[in-house]
Amino acid sequence: MTHGLNWIRALVVMIALVVACAPAMTRQAGAQEAGAQAVNPTAMSVQADDLLQQEGKLQGYLAQPDPKLAILEQPQGRLWRAFHESWLPWGSGILILAVVLLLGGVYLLKGPIQADEVSGIKILRFNVFERFTHWLTAISFIILALSGINYIFGKRYLLPLIGPEAFGTLSQWGKYAHNYLAWPFMLGVLFMIVVWVKDNVPQRGVDWAWLKAGGGMFNNTHPSAGRFNAGQKLIFWWVALAGIVMSVTGIMLLFPFAAFGVNGMQITQVVHSVVGFLFIAVIIFHIYIGTLGMEGAYDAMGNGEVDVAWARAHHDLWVEDQLRK
Amino acid sequence: MARLKFLCDANRCIDCNACVTACKNEHDVPWGINRRRVVTINDGKPGERSVSMACMHCTNAPCAAVCPVDCFHATDDGLVLHSKEICIGCGYCFYACPFGAPQFPQATNFGSRGKMDKCTYCAGGPDADLSEAEYVRYGSNRLAEGKLPLCAEMCSTKALLAGDGEIIAQIYKERVVTRGYGSGAWGWKTAYGETITVT
Ligand code: HEM
Ligand code: SF4
Ligand code: SF4
Repeated sequence: MTHGLNWIRALVVMIALVVACAPAMTRQAGAQEAGAQAVNPTAMSVQADDLLQQEGKLQGYLAQPDPKLAILEQPQGRLWRAFHESWLPWGSGILILAVVLLLGGVYLLKGPIQADEVSGIKILRFNVFERFTHWLTAISFIILALSGINYIFGKRYLLPLIGPEAFGTLSQWGKYAHNYLAWPFMLGVLFMIVVWVKDNVPQRGVDWAWLKAGGGMFNNTHPSAGRFNAGQKLIFWWVALAGIVMSVTGIMLLFPFAAFGVNGMQITQVVHSVVGFLFIAVIIFHIYIGTLGMEGAYDAMGNGEVDVAWARAHHDLWVEDQLRK
Repeated sequence: MARLKFLCDANRCIDCNACVTACKNEHDVPWGINRRRVVTINDGKPGERSVSMACMHCTNAPCAAVCPVDCFHATDDGLVLHSKEICIGCGYCFYACPFGAPQFPQATNFGSRGKMDKCTYCAGGPDADLSEAEYVRYGSNRLAEGKLPLCAEMCSTKALLAGDGEIIAQIYKERVVTRGYGSGAWGWKTAYGETITVT
């Protein structure tokens, strides 16, 4: 009995199953038929050039574990090339030449700013650590700047002079210098921010007046200034900000693809080189003022001491402050 | 004078990576360096295509233009070769290359990435043809032996074509006409400033 019942139950289930599946099965067979007719490789075929135009670049799946190689084609490389081989050398070349010519002109026409004030009494302007910080940053900066310039102008001017082998060796050393001296430079910028930020906070009244008087450049007066005048403060803030930008982009270039893909690396490089050349232009100006452009200024960073009379003329508020202590 | 080029017929490439393996083996390419690779577009979707890509040996090559030490030279056959002796490993060629061809032995070591390595079209480098020095730096020089690149020779479906640009373009055109479709000459417009049109 039970056996017979089970048998009937199984039969019912089977019939139900067949009934339920039949429409699905016919549907599938139909789909296969239609599919066979619809296989039209031309319609399905991707068109390489269209795809590139739509997406701006081509990328896909790659068996090797290297995401940057999954990009099949990135024509953006051509734009970066245009920047690197034409806009950058022309722009930076004109900028640097213009700054040098301008300063040369000022020097020839106006000559250095005289330091007539001599009292014979010295006052300490920068202590040993401040001078160490300054020269650490300055020396590494100059080598970074020269090796950086070599990346762009070396092959244009130096290579024809010394030949490809010598230039290759020199550039290899330049690259090591750039890669390793970047660290003392970053340290220097950091120290500099720490030791000088308190003297560089803008003071609205004094700094505005100084800037309005053009620093006294044109009428040979000495507008009031604290430890740093408004011009020096501008240089300080520029070095701090540009120093940070150069450090961040530089580290990105040192550890390529750690944070960005190839297009990100291109942009990083553009920022690094553009800010780098602006930095060089500003520092050429700074070096001019500190050496040729103004008598008496160099001593402050040389042996750290300046004449009290000079200090009174250029940094009156600071001298008063020092004497009060 | 021949103008040597690569052409990958993406309607034939089956993503078997034989070209990649053949290249690595032929030139003793170090671990991690891919002179040739196969990229699959639209993976798993309708219209999926695989393309084998290496250095295309561009006309007016971007890598050569941006190299700060000018270590590239173009051969009479239009190949773009470079000197590992002069290269400083700055990586600029990788930023400029549209096809991701330049490779570096070290991903990072304070920016010392080692000498750039890329597809030589099996034509070695500036060292003396078939010398030991040339083999160590660039791999074998099949062109000097009168042969064409091994990747293309190894390709089982003959998707990857290597040879004189005009001849491989002609082969490709005939294929497209015969079978009635084609997805185009991948990378040609970017690399050579021209594409293959089948009318
Ligand atoms: C702050 C730390 C810095 C780091 C970590 C750094 C790092 C780098 C790196 C990695 C490169 C790419 C080339 C290579 O791999 O050797 C580079 C290029 C360059 N750097 Fe720096 N750098 C720094 C500071 C500077 C400074 C202060 C200047 C300018 C005064 C400068 C100017 C340049 C220039 C002009 C290039 C060449 C860019 C080009 O070819 O387009 N760098 N730097
Ligand atoms: S494919 Fe890349 S590496 Fe090869 S020639 Fe063109 S730009 Fe240079
Ligand atoms: S990595 Fe070598 S070949 Fe490439 S641009 Fe730099 S120096 Fe030239």
